[in-house]
Amino acid sequence: MSTATETVPAPTQVEIPKISIDVEFTGGLEMLFSDQRRHTISLPAANKDGKPATIADLIHYLCEHTMKDARKDLFVLQDHLRPGILVLINDADWELEGEEAYEIQAGDNILFVSTLHGG
Amino acid sequence: MDSITDKAEQLRHKISQAEKELQDLRMQLEELESTTRNLNTNQQLGSTSESAHPTDTIPEWKWPLSEEEYSRYGRQLILPTVGINGQLHLKSAAVLIVGAGGLGCPAAAYLAGAGVGTLGVVDGDTVEVSNLHRQIAHSTQRVGMMKVDSLIEYCRGLNPVVSYVAHREHLTPQNSEAIVSEYDLVLDCTDHPTSRYLISDICVLLRKPLVSASALRTDGQLIVLNSPPTAQGSTEGGPCYRCIFPKPPPAESVVSCGEGGILGPVVGVMGVLQALEAIKLIVTGVGKDSNSTPKDPIAPSLLLFSATSTTPFRSIRMRSRRPNCFACSTGSTLTLKELRAGSLDYVQFCGVAKPVDVLKPEERVSAKEYNDILTKQPDKDHLLLDVREKEHFEIASIPGAINVPFSTIQTRSKTSTDDDSLASEYIPKSLSAHAPIYVICRVGNDSQLVTKRLKEIGLDANGERFVGDIEGGMLAWKRHVDQTMPFT
Ligand SMILES: [Zn+2]
Repeated sequence: MSTATETVPAPTQVEIPKISIDVEFTGGLEMLFSDQRRHTISLPAANKDGKPATIADLIHYLCEHTMKDARKDLFVLQDHLRPGILVLINDADWELEGEEAYEIQAGDNILFVSTLHGG
Repeated sequence: MDSITDKAEQLRHKISQAEKELQDLRMQLEELESTTRNLNTNQQLGSTSESAHPTDTIPEWKWPLSEEEYSRYGRQLILPTVGINGQLHLKSAAVLIVGAGGLGCPAAAYLAGAGVGTLGVVDGDTVEVSNLHRQIAHSTQRVGMMKVDSLIEYCRGLNPVVSYVAHREHLTPQNSEAIVSEYDLVLDCTDHPTSRYLISDICVLLRKPLVSASALRTDGQLIVLNSPPTAQGSTEGGPCYRCIFPKPPPAESVVSCGEGGILGPVVGVMGVLQALEAIKLIVTGVGKDSNSTPKDPIAPSLLLFSATSTTPFRSIRMRSRRPNCFACSTGSTLTLKELRAGSLDYVQFCGVAKPVDVLKPEERVSAKEYNDILTKQPDKDHLLLDVREKEHFEIASIPGAINVPFSTIQTRSKTSTDDDSLASEYIPKSLSAHAPIYVICRVGNDSQLVTKRLKEIGLDANGERFVGDIEGGMLAWKRHVDQTMPFT
């Protein structure tokens, strides 16, 4: 067990610590999220296994709580981000940061970009 | 009236014929000029030893650029980033533009203006009226002309010193080696994932740097790939398109400019930036002797442009070459031979969006059939549900249609679990219980999905009410019923 879970006060369930992050969508993805590019998200700091929240948890959270469109498969395919979407963590490609396993920090800026093909 | 239309038609015909002739003459002249140009250079080379030649009157021109070129490029020559060496690099560079559209037009114009030695353009399409709001090198008079010829004609007007090469075809695995190998640098100005993967692969194989851009709606993206263009397996090289996007997006998620729309200046900005990146690479000597190419991989970055954002430009640090990349890694099995043999099916790799086919024939009516119903029973109680997005609906719609955009239906189906409340949102209360519901969209895909959904929430009253779609959508309506209907 990580120390992070031990610092959580009594198991009251109500008091799950949250971290506040900025999530942005561009390249057309914003259309799946109420046509709004920028969302401030209060993400549970730990996932259901008590581990620190990762990008994978964020993606799941966004699908469940933030996405208002039924076309989930334009964002997630087979439980992973669909091909053609880049994730940028604080202005760096997520592949430089550990991809889905990156542990989210308070104040992070996470940008989801759908690639464009038009010209 | 008829005689006027006839006359106009005749005139149009005459004009297009005259234009063809003009184009033909221009091409003949160009060929003639290029041969004389070659002859002149040969004579100059030969004449240096013959001092007896009567050239004493005109002092010998001993500068690397012609007099006209000093005047023409003076404003950029005096920049530290260009200088005379940079200009000479430009003059000896051959740049290939793939796609003579919204990106290719401004990119080609600026590269022609800057004085690249050779500018090649690849495109198999012809100019259409719907291109003109953004593809600024074409013109109303040149609708129907090959885009390649139209763009070159524009560029030649801008700078006749450049030599232009027209490739009047689309890039294919078969022709790509022959075409791309003639150039030092490639600009991907195309509009589909299939061409983007092909261009990246051939650039990796032939070791050409690639400046790639794309645009849709109000967004644009720009990235310099395969720079420096080291051999396959070298970790010193810049990432290729497949390093960044190993898997193509599902075909259903790919939106074209025709479907999604595009703002002219947005794609224009991206094309101009492509020209800028190309010039930056060329003036440092890319594609020339290897000792002048930068040794360190340029830290790759992706530029994002969002016209409507408060921070329109953002630059993102990107990964280097992917160790298991299909194209550029050590283990890559991609070869020119394989490409030529056609063993890479880019269309299959990227997939093709399947047309929606979820309704039975009896759940669909044709545009003509719906029109017949309206003509025979003008007062028939029914609902015509137009599920195109609001912008399309506001441009033109069938009288009486009610607009509930597809995206709204998607949103409401997710957030509402109460089917009854959902139904009451779409269906006016005044509609009698058994009055039929017809659903129409742009081309007949979304309308099927909505029809299915309406039945799922019980609007067909267990088969007592007809709920169906209009096959082929507004496009079919325009084709078969009302030709005056604007179609967007
Ligand atoms: Zn690669």
